[in-house]
Formats: sequence, structure tokens, C-alpha cells
Amino acid sequence: MSDSHHEESYWRKYIFSTDHKTIGIQYGITALLFLFFGFSLMMVMRWQLAFPDQAVPVIGGLIQWLAELNGFASIGNLPSDLYNVFGAMHGTIMIFLGVVPLVVGAFGNYIVPLQIGAPDMAFPKLNMTSYWVYFIGGVIMLVSFFLPGGAANSGWTSYPPLSVIATTGQTFWLLGMVFLITSSLLGSINIIVTIIQLRAPGLTWMRLPFFVWAQFVTSFLLVLAFPPLEAAGFLQLMDRVFDTSFFLPSGLVVGGEALDVSGGGSPLLWQHLFWFLAHPEVYVLILPGMGVIAEIIANNTRKPIWGYKSLVYSVVFLGFMSFIVWAHHMFMTGMGQGMSIFFQTTTMIISVPSVIILSCFMLSLWGGSIRFNTPMLFALGWIPMFGIGGLTGLPLGLSTLDIHLHDTYYVIGHFHYVVAPGTIFAIFAGIYYWFPKMTGKMLDETLGKIHFFFSFIFMNGIFWPMLIQGMAGVSRRLADGGESYAHAQGTLHLNEFMSYSAWLLAIAQIPFIINLIRTLLRKKAAEPDPNPWRATTIEWTDTTSPPMGHGNFEKVPTVYRGPYEYSVPGDSTDFTPQTSKLIKDR
Amino acid sequence: MIEYLGKISDHLGLPVNAASHGLIMDLVLGWVHWVMFILFAGWGLYFIIALIKFNSKSNPKADYNGVQSHYSKFAEYGVIIVEAFLLVGLSIPLWSQLRTTVPDADAAIQVRVIAQQFAWNIHYPGADGEFGDTDIKLVDEESNPIGLVRGGAGADDIVTLNQLHLPVNQQVLIHLTSKDVIHSFGIPEMRVKQDALPGMTIPVYFTPTMTSAEFINKIKDTNRYSPSGNYMGLGQETWEILSEEKKNEFRGFQIACAQLCGNSHYKMRGFLTVETEEEFNAWLEEEAEYLEEEDEDDDW
Repeated sequence: MSDSHHEESYWRKYIFSTDHKTIGIQYGITALLFLFFGFSLMMVMRWQLAFPDQAVPVIGGLIQWLAELNGFASIGNLPSDLYNVFGAMHGTIMIFLGVVPLVVGAFGNYIVPLQIGAPDMAFPKLNMTSYWVYFIGGVIMLVSFFLPGGAANSGWTSYPPLSVIATTGQTFWLLGMVFLITSSLLGSINIIVTIIQLRAPGLTWMRLPFFVWAQFVTSFLLVLAFPPLEAAGFLQLMDRVFDTSFFLPSGLVVGGEALDVSGGGSPLLWQHLFWFLAHPEVYVLILPGMGVIAEIIANNTRKPIWGYKSLVYSVVFLGFMSFIVWAHHMFMTGMGQGMSIFFQTTTMIISVPSVIILSCFMLSLWGGSIRFNTPMLFALGWIPMFGIGGLTGLPLGLSTLDIHLHDTYYVIGHFHYVVAPGTIFAIFAGIYYWFPKMTGKMLDETLGKIHFFFSFIFMNGIFWPMLIQGMAGVSRRLADGGESYAHAQGTLHLNEFMSYSAWLLAIAQIPFIINLIRTLLRKKAAEPDPNPWRATTIEWTDTTSPPMGHGNFEKVPTVYRGPYEYSVPGDSTDFTPQTSKLIKDR
Repeated sequence: MIEYLGKISDHLGLPVNAASHGLIMDLVLGWVHWVMFILFAGWGLYFIIALIKFNSKSNPKADYNGVQSHYSKFAEYGVIIVEAFLLVGLSIPLWSQLRTTVPDADAAIQVRVIAQQFAWNIHYPGADGEFGDTDIKLVDEESNPIGLVRGGAGADDIVTLNQLHLPVNQQVLIHLTSKDVIHSFGIPEMRVKQDALPGMTIPVYFTPTMTSAEFINKIKDTNRYSPSGNYMGLGQETWEILSEEKKNEFRGFQIACAQLCGNSHYKMRGFLTVETEEEFNAWLEEEAEYLEEEDEDDDW
């Protein structure tokens, strides 16, 4: 173990650090800021949806300035061009700059080496590079907002030909994506190698905390699914910059003018390449979240997680299956019987491991001694929310029903239930749970509970009405919230309700922000408890009082048992650390 | 029994069904939601009981072994069986019926639909029943948006903008494509939706079973009949000066774009009028007359 006594310079220690814990926190802070920014875009869009073409209150001046800078007319309202920009960037930022960097970059980086008893990641410099490449990708995305025509405006899916004929923002989007993908590839290779090579003695595969398993599978998804999109991104870049026609068919007429390209390409090819990444990506968003939930449920029920082996096999199977369901996003592109049978069948099959994972979490509650602290509340709130997300996937997975539901708000409601309360509740649960590990201070429970209850209510306030609108047939990505369409008239009144819910959700985050700042400013105890939750995994039991130094462990931990040995009969305490040799040695 | 189970689809908030295949789709959608509801309610009940029964106050000592029974396995097998039935018994055969059993050209009313930013070009073959050729060099946004060759088979073709007319109770076969970017052709009441991709022509077929007039009658006491707010994007002043006939066009079936296609995607609406066969033929004749008048203008 490297025990570096020499003082590191400020730059080495905080900016260009190679310590996985510092990099994890860098990822965490940057990604939380992006998450907030992506949410802010949505709050402005929700104004336009509830009150079309009216000036945005408070920040109307800013919106007008941005719109005019981009070349759009605005009286402080959000014009439809800018609405499309905000929509595309909301998705991009939330997924690629917010959630993935949080669950993989922040939690993966910080927690995985600690949970496997490693001194650091396998490749610390690669780790640092991965963060800074991500940072550059983020800057490119942000800068693109100030270009003529604004940032990318063709949806986060960037379907050509629309994206190829779009304004310069799309070029920046593609460049930014190349950086973000590269960053993810570097990060995920690092996590894979770290988990394979740096596990503490005795930490066999079936003794790994489920969180580590989830990160392991996630990293494989990233490493195998992102390269096709990176390649596709380059091809689209060629189409835009060098007038190639990978994704452009012959005979395009745009705005009355025949498009001056050679043609012969296929817009469907992009969709296949895109969804070949973007479906596994969904599991990249959700699997680490499941990992967090497993840790917290085991810890706060004070009993082993139910069906550990089923969980592990399910998550591996889920990872594998996620590569062969992608075309269920494309049922309405003119698919024949064979393709539709294959992708419907794989989609139904992939629901099975998801059901098993959810069942294991639910069954873990039975017989427990449940502590309702803030991390546990978020974990418990996660279960029904993810349940709704999963269940609403059932009709969407059947191609016949997709005829009605395709590209409606039902889809938006479905995937937001999976990713917004789903993943983000897991992220909050993880932050409340591991914050004392990172800082040596516990977050305030009262503020945490306020944060949970209001977030729970308002998230449902936003996403449940989407399912109703979708059932009525309202299309997604409509800059006036459906006002122009006859079939949307009956559900238009929901727009205001959803928008108020979104803004109230923002207000519900204030206790969280206050909590973070207040706790960080509070004086730390002289010798903070390294294991406040009375947990069993190595990151709690074998580390010194937090925050830990570079190198993590004072001596290499040796592991003797599985990760969730809570309430073991015969032990004097209700938790038996992975590193304790005998049950009664405490 | 089956119909009773399907009744849930009446409460899902679906648009009025006006196509022959819509009922079975709605029923399946209803059954799937039954399954979802049962699973959610069952697990939800268990969840609440578990949380009450096993909170740390009422159960200070956790049980290391937890659940010993294997009831959950039955639940999982149940899910698998139900999903297999939905898939093999319903979705796959229905897909083949709705999507891949394309009717013969002469057994159906044929229409070409060419989507563009931000309108639907509707192309009828005219009296000869044959579509004329198109050429992108002839495209003129004002006079010839689809680049139709006006000669040979194309001489009598009828092209309209955003006006799709169909006779009731006759199968229609739409050849769907796009001029520029990807759009999606959706008519919620007809339970059809299909992406329109440039470079591809994709068949869409259905049979309307309700005329627009019958439909308007059915929705008399809904917001759709008496819109408010932004009055379907027209504004109150414009709405109020519209003739009742024009208002009905807006209240009636609309073709909606479901795939983001640019800045005016949100108002890319077309209008579908379903009418009796006589009305439909009269409309076709009227359109053909316009065509002749235009020809005469050209000759002059």
C-alpha cells in the first residue's frame, strides 16, 4: 500500500488527482450540476407546455437573449426552435452528462475499490483522463447553446436526415458525444480490470457486494455498446461536414430544393446503430441504481438480501439480453413479421430477470427489522416507482400495442418512471448512505425525509399524467403541448398540473441542497465513526475514520464471508463484517 | 367474460375507435393493463404489509433466513405464462394481420401519402387507377409539391395538401413515404401509426367504420368539440369566425405527426374526412374538375 507522506500540491490533490475518491467526487459534483441544469431546461419547457407562447416569468429576459443570440424571435417566450433545442439537450444532458457520470463515474469510482478492498483503481491515470475527457465533452455541449441556430435540436436520438440538415449545434453534439463516449470507455475498462484484478484476498465472485456486480455488468455494457455509437457518430459527422451519405437516401427534397448529396444511404442504419447502444444504455442507467438499492435494503432490513445468487445471475442475464432487444424502439419503422417476433420475444424475456430482481428486493423485506432512515426511504420509494416503470414497459414491448402508443407521452411516462424516480431515487439513496464515508459527517435526517416525501409526491405528479396523455394518443416533442391537435384537447388541462409538479419538485430539492451545504460547513467530530450504519461490507468495516487518505486501506483486508451477513444466529451483534473470521470474535 | 375483461379499455382514456381492427387492439390493451394492475396491486399489498409488520419497532430482531416459502416462484411463472400468451396468442398474430397482410392493390382504395416538413401530401391515382411517376426535378412547393409527372398515368392524378378523404367501410391501402426527414403518420381514432421514412415506401392499411359526421356527433360534449385555451392553435378570434363546416374539420379526425421533424412538428396536422361512398365519389369528381380547370388555364 502506498503510504504517501509527502504533501501533494493543491493541483495534484484536488484538480488533476489520480485518487479514485477525489475523481469520484469530481464526477459527482460535475454531474449533479449538469443534472440540475438539465432539469432547469425542462422547467422552462414545462412553462411553454402549460402556457404556450407566453413570456417565461423571472428568466424571460435570459430566454429572449438566448433565443435572439441563436437567431429566433422571442418576446421572452420559448420559441419552438429553442423548445426543440432544450428538448434534445435535456435528454442528452440528463443521460450522458448527469446520470451515467453519477452512477458510474461517481459511485462506481468511489465505492467499487473500497468495496473490493483495493488501494485504488487499476489505472489511476486513465481514471483521471476519463474525468477530464468527460469534462471537455460537457464544455462542448454547453458552448453549443451559444451557436447560431442554438445547440442540437433533433432530439437526443438525433435521427437523420433531420439531424444531418440541422444547424451547427448538431456538429458540436456529435463532437461532444465522441468525448463523452471516449470517457465512458476509459472509465468502464478501468472498472472491469479493477474488479477482476484487485479484489482483496478471499473476496470470491460470489462474495462480491451486489453493487460491485451491477457495476461490473454495467461496465461491460458500456464497453461493448458504445463503440458502435461512436462509429455512427463519426459517420453522421462525415455526412454533415464532408457531404457523405451514410444515412441519406437518394431523392431528398428539403424546403422545395433537391438536396445536393449523392444519396444511397439509409436513415434506418443510424437507428440500428443508435439503439444498439441506447438500449443497453437504459440498463447502464438502472443497474448501478439496483446495486445501490441492494446495499441499502440489506443494511436497513438487518438481514441478508433475499436470493443473492438469483440477483447475480439475473443481472448478468439482463446485461446479455440488453444487447438483443434494441429494435423494439423501431417497431413502427416498417418492420416485418420475423424481426417483430424476434424483438418482441427478447423483450418479453428480458422482463423476467427484471421481475426476479424486483421480487428479491421485495422478499428481502420479509422478516427484517426495518429502519426507516433517509437512504432506506429512497430505496423503498424506488421499488414501486421502478415497478410502474417496468410494468408500463409491457404494453410498449408488444409491437401490436405499440401501434397506438409509439412516440406518445405514454413512452415518456414509462421511461421517466424508470429513469427519473428509478435511477435518481437510487442516486439520492446512495448519496445519503455514503455521504458519511466521503466526509465523516451524517446528513440531517429531518431535511432528508422532507426531501424524500416531497420528491416522491411531485415526481408522480409529473409522470403519472403523461401516461394518461399518452393513452389519448398525444405525441411527444410537441412544442405547444398538443394544443394544435384535436385528440389532445381532452388531456390538455393536465399540462398545467404537470408543470406545477415539476416546479414544486425543484423546490423540494432545496432541503437537499441546504442539507449538503450545512453538513459540509459543520465541524467534523474529532474521530468520526467509520461505520455509522453498522454495515458489513469492507468500505465500512476496514477503513480508518473518514475521510480516508490516498491508498485507502492501512492493511489489506482479508475476506471470509458473503457481503450481507446481518443478524447471523449466534453472533453478538446484528452484523458480521465480511472480514471477520469468526462469528463470535466481536 | 372476455368482453367484461376488456371493459377496462373503456376506462383507459383511449380515443374513440373508428376502425374495424380497433376493437381487438383496445381489448388487448385493456387486458395488458389488467395484468399490470393485478401485479402492481398484489405486490403493493404485500409491500405495505411487510413495511408495517417488520418495522424495527414491532420486530426488533431480524430473521436471518427470511422468506422460506416459494410462492414468489409461482408468481414469476405466472408472469412468464401470461407474457407468453400475450405474445404468442395475441401480439404476434395481430401484427401479422395488421401489418404484414397487405391487401391486393385492386381490392382497396389506394392513396399515396408523401410527408414533408410540415404537411401531408395526399396523392390519389385518379380515374385510371394508376399513380403517375414522380421526379424530384419537377418539385415546386407551390404548384407541384410531389414532383408529379403530368402526363400518361399522372394526367388525371389528384394531389391535395393535408386533405385525406376516404369512403367508410372500405379498406384503404396507403403507400407512405417522405420527401425530406422522418415523420410518423398517426390517426389515433383509426388506431394506425407508421413512421414515414424517406427512401422507403411502407404500406399502411385499415378500414374506417365511422364517418366524420357520425364521429362529430359522438364527441359533442367533449373539449374536442368546444376547444378552449388556444383553440387548437388557432386562437379564439379565428376559431369564432370559422364556419361550422370548417370547425368540424378541426374537430374531426386528424393526421398527427408522431416523430420529431423540425420546428413546426407540433402543428403538422392533416385532416381526414370519412364519408359515404357517394360523398367520396362526388368529392373526387369535384377535385378532378379543378384539375381540368387548371389544364384549361395552362392551355390558354
